[in-house]
Amino acid sequence: MKNFAQLFLSLDETNKTNEKVKVIKSYLEQVSDDDRINMLALFTGRKPKRPINSTQLKEWALALINIPDWLFKESYDVVGDLAETLSLLIPDVESTETKSLSEWVNEINKVRPLSDEVKKEWLITSLNQLNRQEKFVFFKLLTGGFRLGVSQNLVVKAIAELANLDTATITHRIMGNWSPESFSYQELIAEDDGSADISRPYPFFLAYPIQETSEQQKSTTDLQTELGDANHWQAEFKWDGIRAQLIKRADEIFIWSRGEELATDKFPELHPFIHDLPNGIVLDGEILAFKDDKPLPFNILQTRIGRKTLSKKMLADNPVAFIAYDVMEVEKQDIRSKSQEERRNILESIQSLSSHQEIFRISEIIAAVDWETLAIAREQARDLMAEGLMLKRKNASYQVGRKRGDWWKWKVDPLSVDAVMIYAQKGHGRRADLYTDYTFAVWDGDKLVPIAKAYSGLTDKEIKQVDYFVKRNTLEKFGPVRTVKAELVFEIGFEGINKSTRHKSGVALRFPRILRWRIDKPKEEADTLESLMMLLS
Amino acid sequence: MPKKPLLEFNNYGIYCAAGDFYIDPWRPVKYAIITHAHSDHAKFGHQNYLAHHLSREILYHRLGKINLETMDYGVSKTINEVEVTFFPAGHIPGSAQIRVIYKGEVWVVSGDYKTENDGLCAPFEPVKCHSFISECTFGMPVYKWAPQSEIFKGINEWWQQNQAEGKTSVLAGYSLGKAQRILQNLDLSIGKVYTHGIIQNSNDALNRNGIELKPTTKITAETTKSELAGNMIICPPSAVGTPWIKKMTPFSLGYCSGWMAIRGAKKRRAVDRGFILSDHADWDGLISSIKATECDTVYLTHGFTASFSRYLQEIGYDAREAKTLYGNEDDQLDEENFIMGKEETNLK
Repeated sequence: MKNFAQLFLSLDETNKTNEKVKVIKSYLEQVSDDDRINMLALFTGRKPKRPINSTQLKEWALALINIPDWLFKESYDVVGDLAETLSLLIPDVESTETKSLSEWVNEINKVRPLSDEVKKEWLITSLNQLNRQEKFVFFKLLTGGFRLGVSQNLVVKAIAELANLDTATITHRIMGNWSPESFSYQELIAEDDGSADISRPYPFFLAYPIQETSEQQKSTTDLQTELGDANHWQAEFKWDGIRAQLIKRADEIFIWSRGEELATDKFPELHPFIHDLPNGIVLDGEILAFKDDKPLPFNILQTRIGRKTLSKKMLADNPVAFIAYDVMEVEKQDIRSKSQEERRNILESIQSLSSHQEIFRISEIIAAVDWETLAIAREQARDLMAEGLMLKRKNASYQVGRKRGDWWKWKVDPLSVDAVMIYAQKGHGRRADLYTDYTFAVWDGDKLVPIAKAYSGLTDKEIKQVDYFVKRNTLEKFGPVRTVKAELVFEIGFEGINKSTRHKSGVALRFPRILRWRIDKPKEEADTLESLMMLLS
Repeated sequence: MPKKPLLEFNNYGIYCAAGDFYIDPWRPVKYAIITHAHSDHAKFGHQNYLAHHLSREILYHRLGKINLETMDYGVSKTINEVEVTFFPAGHIPGSAQIRVIYKGEVWVVSGDYKTENDGLCAPFEPVKCHSFISECTFGMPVYKWAPQSEIFKGINEWWQQNQAEGKTSVLAGYSLGKAQRILQNLDLSIGKVYTHGIIQNSNDALNRNGIELKPTTKITAETTKSELAGNMIICPPSAVGTPWIKKMTPFSLGYCSGWMAIRGAKKRRAVDRGFILSDHADWDGLISSIKATECDTVYLTHGFTASFSRYLQEIGYDAREAKTLYGNEDDQLDEENFIMGKEETNLK
């Protein structure tokens, strides 16, 4: 664990990407293949299953700390991270531990099925061997995600440099279903990919926004200058559902979501058409709630996500369809290097042969003579339940991750409302000691009713100023939440609005975020609930 | 009728009615006793000031021509039958706890304090009293300081490593107190120490007060990059992110503050290294100091006042939150905004 704890410390000690890659490389060079693959698993969100639930963990660890429970909770609010809070509170000791990372992971896996008594004993003994930094890492292993300021890309880059492979190859090989037990470091860096994992998806190709914010509108002339003639581009609507990859290999089917979650069971109505595809096919597309040849709003789909079991009624009320965007594999061959146009032709022929056209749909191409035509189509996107347009360069290959240049999203401008901040809460992680999460309200008669929570969209400097305001204008405190004097007005952008029985206001905004701080507006001039209601339907 | 407390909190500051004077008032008053020269405690505009003699030059530098009387630690002065004595607070040079005695009742105002001897200022001395008015900037159990020898070992090693990589080391810390504490503990066999103008002003003022500091060179328009390479620069936190600091490239940036104890706080500042070095007492320091005063009542002026007073109540103290304009929970912000100028924080 010493190396691994030091890795965290070193990563924390630099903000520079190149330095971080260097630090990761030097860690990898010091440790065994087992530790390497375990480290990669942790940094790509594949941590061991929790051996101890967080209630027990807190209870047992708190026994080592002489403070009341409420003070622990408040400490946690200050720190914003459970592992860090515990490691700061438990008295520090000299480190006496000597186990490697993989040995610790094995221990965690071994202790999981044992009795509470044994687990508690193991936890205390372990903590007594670890110094503060090691405790922090140890608690991280036992609890939360491993998002520690290091993206998967950096780890991939370090491994690729060490192994002399390109990053796209490594990115692809670490996708899908694997664990340190099923996949070795040697397999990862092998010259030829001998992996037998038939479920392995490809990394998604992701688009950059062509206009960063709604305030930086792009005119059709801008697009002409930046992207050239419209006829070099394949334009489609950008659908608002779940981006997914469908795989059929060796008579088995897999549905992966963009978050690299296996979601095969969540969408049983897609199974028949995937089963009917020939083997060795991988499709990229969007799963949408779909009825009577029309997409339904995202919140219909949302009611299905997260359900453990899907009732017949749920399936009947919230039917889905798959809109295909692309094809990455056909006849067991990786065809990502073919051009957009070629892949599109293949996709069209696959789809046209399907006998499930109702459910297996294809993303229509918007015939584009010029940017003006596309601009008009974009204006219609919201009415069609689309988020905007996708622009794909016709001669581009299917790439790995978010890349500039060949795929752009051109979203419709967000809807917006001017709302008053009424509650504030401290953030987490990087912003743990600042008030960064706000609740906004609009007028309903002479009352302010909350309509949205948002925690992004301000600059660091603005956040500091709002934080300063919150700390000096607190009316009440409820745990971590502060009621603040209604005074600051913000323009809140959102992608859609739906009726909601769960919210007091009766509406729910989709993807609310702060567009800007309306320093010019007094709170009386914020919008009304009535005006928001008019956007419904 | 209940007895009027010897010290009370009003709209101007901490007031002693019996002596008719204020301690660290934030609005102009006739007679102000100052715990230390930091801006949230020593404000402009009072008719008379009483402070420790080591605060003299800094106060003149910051407040201009003021009517100032100074006094040493352990010496008493009687103001309208109230006995006033200074005791070391260990916060910055000249920082004093102020003991006030009237008709056998003893109160102590801590100002800001730390319990570790930093080698620069007179070390903190607990003073017995009935009522103790204390800060609690870091009054949460997650804040626990390592001995400064450990921190400075880390800082000097970091400096050496930067030097080996051909980088300049830039350390940000509050200009009065922290900067000099850093300077006195740097290993000058590694290289030379340069200062930002704001830091140098504080150094010069302390020098005029007879405090000997290690040699430094002020950075001016004539300073060249090549002479800075491998050396150390001490700057105020407000210089971080400014064009001034960009001129030092290539450099590694460190920040010395108690707030660096939390990863999130460090990350937000985007500094390369956070050194946990504070001029305030940590959790254990606060509790041991309060116990050592043998007081019954504690008033908490700034910091985590709500949580800390609740904790003190649970361990048997009559602890109360006092509303003051010191530090507040966001000491760090005030610290910086003071330097950047007030307009930075005015919302409208």
